[in-house]
Amino acid sequence: MSILVNKDTKVIVQGFTGKEGTFHAEQCIAYGTNIVGGVTPNKGGQEHLGKPVFNTVKDAVNTTGATVSMIFVPPAFVGDAVMEAADAGIELAVIITEGAPVKDMMYAKMYATKKGMKTIGPNCPGIITAEECKIGIMPGNIFKKGNVGLISKSGTLTYEGANQVCNEGFGITTAVGIGGDPIIGLSYKQLLPMFEADPQTEAIVMIGEIGGDLEIQAAKFIKENITKPVVAFIAGQTAPKGKRMGHAGAIVSGSAGTAKEKMEALEAAGVKVVVSPAEIGKAVKEVLSK
Amino acid sequence: MNIHEYQAKQIFANYGVPTPKGIMAESVDDAVKAAQELGGPIWVVKAQIHAGGRGLGGGVKLAKSIDEVRTLADEILGMTLVTHQTGPEGKLVQKLYIEDGADIKDEFYLGIVLDRAKEMPVIMASTEGGMEIEKVAEETPEKIVKVAIDPTIGFQGFHGRELVFGLGITDKEEQKKFIKFASNLFKIYMDKDVELIEINPLIRTGSGDFLALDGKMGFDDSALGRHPDIEAMRDISEEDADEREAGQYGLSYVSLDGEIGCMVNGAGLAMGTMDTINYVGGTPANFLDVGGKATAETVAKGFEIILKNPKVKAIFVNIFGGIVRCDRIANGILEATKMVDVKVPVVVRLDGTNAPEAAEILQNANIENVIAATDLLDGANKAVEAAKGAK
Repeated sequence: MSILVNKDTKVIVQGFTGKEGTFHAEQCIAYGTNIVGGVTPNKGGQEHLGKPVFNTVKDAVNTTGATVSMIFVPPAFVGDAVMEAADAGIELAVIITEGAPVKDMMYAKMYATKKGMKTIGPNCPGIITAEECKIGIMPGNIFKKGNVGLISKSGTLTYEGANQVCNEGFGITTAVGIGGDPIIGLSYKQLLPMFEADPQTEAIVMIGEIGGDLEIQAAKFIKENITKPVVAFIAGQTAPKGKRMGHAGAIVSGSAGTAKEKMEALEAAGVKVVVSPAEIGKAVKEVLSK
Repeated sequence: MNIHEYQAKQIFANYGVPTPKGIMAESVDDAVKAAQELGGPIWVVKAQIHAGGRGLGGGVKLAKSIDEVRTLADEILGMTLVTHQTGPEGKLVQKLYIEDGADIKDEFYLGIVLDRAKEMPVIMASTEGGMEIEKVAEETPEKIVKVAIDPTIGFQGFHGRELVFGLGITDKEEQKKFIKFASNLFKIYMDKDVELIEINPLIRTGSGDFLALDGKMGFDDSALGRHPDIEAMRDISEEDADEREAGQYGLSYVSLDGEIGCMVNGAGLAMGTMDTINYVGGTPANFLDVGGKATAETVAKGFEIILKNPKVKAIFVNIFGGIVRCDRIANGILEATKMVDVKVPVVVRLDGTNAPEAAEILQNANIENVIAATDLLDGANKAVEAAKGAK
């Protein structure tokens, strides 16, 4: 079992024939992801990586029955691409593109919500169900199948966390990179209950960052709704105030959104909070051997 | 990207948001000319830097004669202004804004930002103008009126009414003026992909007009491509030179106070690396995200930028190789050490795809100041040790 995606999920790629889209779609296919086609306007009817190319998402969905779209279009066109996917009846859009204007994402997410489409990202590594389905840019080989669910704002910390979990002899059910932009799709609060409901998942790793209050909301939610053990790390304890740390959302202004505040809230919710990402693997081992 | 007050006020004027008359000046003579043109009888001489708290730092002063404008302009231009937002090193004042003095009856605060929880813009207004809004939010949160606006319907009459009643503005003419002010400001926020607008203070004059006495604006960097007019307002002298140089090479750099230089791929892991250095008793000298590629060129540039900081005693390169394999990154690092003269010890931790091959490459290279580490904790420990040894 897993959450959201598995080996049967039919996936299309928006921005299929571009450089990034091509490279990563190829990697996903090699991993075993069921990619059924892609969309690039004016290239409809062609074949790319052995899969059909369509002019519109609607054409792609009608022909292939795809339910998930992996989006690689350039930042200026992301808002449009997400809305097109929602309009065509896609159920989950995984937005990899970095640098999408916040205003565009604000409109796109409102429309997606209206149409009942879930989104992941933007500016994220994507989602992977270990040894079944990779929709994104993560190195597939480090995700061994197992019993730990992972949710992370950061790309490379997703890899770091998954690698440590696997090195301790455990593995991953599904890992989701939710992205660190000001407006994102699925967040801790929506993903935690999915892992809670997934029989294969026995523990959850959640990796957060300074800025915003998603982790605080997650802490409240965990306290009331999650029975499985949760291990958390919050990046940016040593980050200075008022400075942006790479991710648009990773900025602390005033008292809101500090690492300390988030760590305390999570601890109070019964979460095993680690001070360094180097301790994630060990902490998972500890909570699972209890 | 942030802009100066005088630039924000140009945008305000284009959208019908009232401000006092003013002219930007880059020399004392120009300041005097500006004052003559404005006519007086009272002028405000304001330092133009990208930081708040200018008044308390001595960068905003009132002049009652042209001579006084000259004296103040001479005093403020070229001074290093230190405020709570500039850091102890302060900022050099290179531009002034000479403005008509205003008849202040009372002061408000008005700001627009993204409400992340609601995922829509929120207008924040308060009768506590002139104070830091963070302080108001902490001490007297009931004095802040928050009105979130769904951008699909835009600024409606009821939003305006919530604002004026919340602020206790009772005169009907004044209500109309304030609502128009806020609605125009909201239009700027949406049209220009603004990240933050803050007017503090927004004043009510004796005759019941509302004027933006200050103006602070920041823009969404990801949207600057569609706003060449805003991009043209960029003042590079206000930006950190090292951070800017790093940005040109696709690196994201922020300097800190510690001793261990960090070079990491990915923002989250970069912060996590800083946290780990701190955890094992060291101090990070910087945040540096080399992005997804980590080629010899970007690593070399990273070394160069890190080593500009004389406090750096050791460097910790922490790369989690994903799609880009570790063996290639190891070769890139070795090549980079040939391109840049790195005199401090460099601890390298490479993990992920092909990590064992990478470790072998580093070992065989046998470079004296390159130390291989097996994982994040080991790397942080070795970097802290190396920094101690280098003292």
